[in-house]
Amino acid sequence: MIYQLNADVRNFGEAISQLSDVDIYACYQCGKCTAGCPIVMEMSHTPNQIMRLIQLGLKEEVLNSLTPWLCAACETCTTRCPKGVDIAKIMDTLRILARKEGYQSKEPSVVNFNDIFLNCIKDKGRLQETHLAMVYNLKTKQFFKDADIGRKLFMKGKISLSSDKIKGTDAMKSIFERSRAFLGKGE
Amino acid sequence: MAYGYYPGCSSHGTAKEYDISTKKVCERLGLKLEEVRDWNCCGASPAHATSEELALALPFRNLVLAEKQGLDSIMSTCSACYNRLKVAHETLKKAPEILNRISEIVGEPYNKTLKVIHFLDLISKEFGVEKMKESVIKPLTGLKALSYYGCLLTRPPKLVSIDPDAENPTIMEEIIEALGAETGYWSHKTECCGASFALDRTDIVLRLSNEILKAARFADADCIIVACPLCFANLDMRQSQIASKYGVNYSLPVLFISELMGIAMGMGYKELGIDKHIVSAKNLLKQKDLI
Repeated sequence: MIYQLNADVRNFGEAISQLSDVDIYACYQCGKCTAGCPIVMEMSHTPNQIMRLIQLGLKEEVLNSLTPWLCAACETCTTRCPKGVDIAKIMDTLRILARKEGYQSKEPSVVNFNDIFLNCIKDKGRLQETHLAMVYNLKTKQFFKDADIGRKLFMKGKISLSSDKIKGTDAMKSIFERSRAFLGKGE
Repeated sequence: MAYGYYPGCSSHGTAKEYDISTKKVCERLGLKLEEVRDWNCCGASPAHATSEELALALPFRNLVLAEKQGLDSIMSTCSACYNRLKVAHETLKKAPEILNRISEIVGEPYNKTLKVIHFLDLISKEFGVEKMKESVIKPLTGLKALSYYGCLLTRPPKLVSIDPDAENPTIMEEIIEALGAETGYWSHKTECCGASFALDRTDIVLRLSNEILKAARFADADCIIVACPLCFANLDMRQSQIASKYGVNYSLPVLFISELMGIAMGMGYKELGIDKHIVSAKNLLKQKDLI
């Protein structure tokens, strides 16, 4: 499982293989992951470049890359890889490792969003979309973002202001406390 | 026996009509649903992007609750919830050491007896399309309804699969055809809408959703049929923003599969909650003489 490395790890490539339980060295650079990636035009490195950088052990370049933060986890790469490399899982491993080791994300909005989302679940057990959107917009100072949609949703009765809280909030708190998660408060 | 029902967080917000229409349709078919009591959020993308343990522990609590309630299945309507529950179930089934760790985190054992399914599985595999056809009283003749699967219903195929073909699934088309509508292959049925970036990188969502709407229009769709609240939110809610950014006003109705089934079973537009959509389906359904 993640966060646990054997003592015999010799380099970054082996570390990522072990943490993700995916053999990074199986990648032979066919580029199929990149061809199918819907977000590749916004990324700094293509998915196959990330795979090669990991194989070469270039940790700094990989953990400072924008690419893992823009992976939408659509799993197209994983589905199509002819060598069975779970590329989407590696992107998860890179995001988790980057946070654990204190690397600044090149896309702070994604980290913020994830933190606000998870903190909401930690407190209430369920996600209230309105609450999430409001807190996110307040914290990122985009007060009028999606106001047009919010108004329409309100008119359609889809915005509820009452709290959707589960009874087992204690169970939620203990799940969050016991799980190894490097979670911030959101900016 | 009743099917365990896991509605997911969106069913209380932006996808209320999916919950309403699912319950109505299941009732009509005689499928008994029993909601998993005190269910929590599956953790969605933020959990698996942040912590592998959290990503398994959050769905795990729901699996345990369903088991403790005496259910033998857990059915989600959302493809992301389905995906997270299914991935957790399959992962824990295969790896006893991970199961032990997650049981320790949640403080409960899991007997792995559950069948984790999506609404499409329920209709197609548990109930049967042919049998469902008997409930069609108003065939959707003349309506071209293209199905949109998005990502998480079929990917990754090693862990989740409502259809054996991840690149060209047809499980939804079979249902749509049985309802009497016209459907078929189109280029973007399994392309990503960018769901997880809805708030933080809305620009990506607008670009991807525009591509999907454009492809559906090109394939002469009257409407797009979805089986996920997140796909729905991006494709329905954001059409006006797409129009301002890309200069094309598609006004293309997006319907949940359960709504389409409900119409074919003779249920009303408001009864199914279709009036809650941002892009109205009223004119289209009237034009086709369906409401």
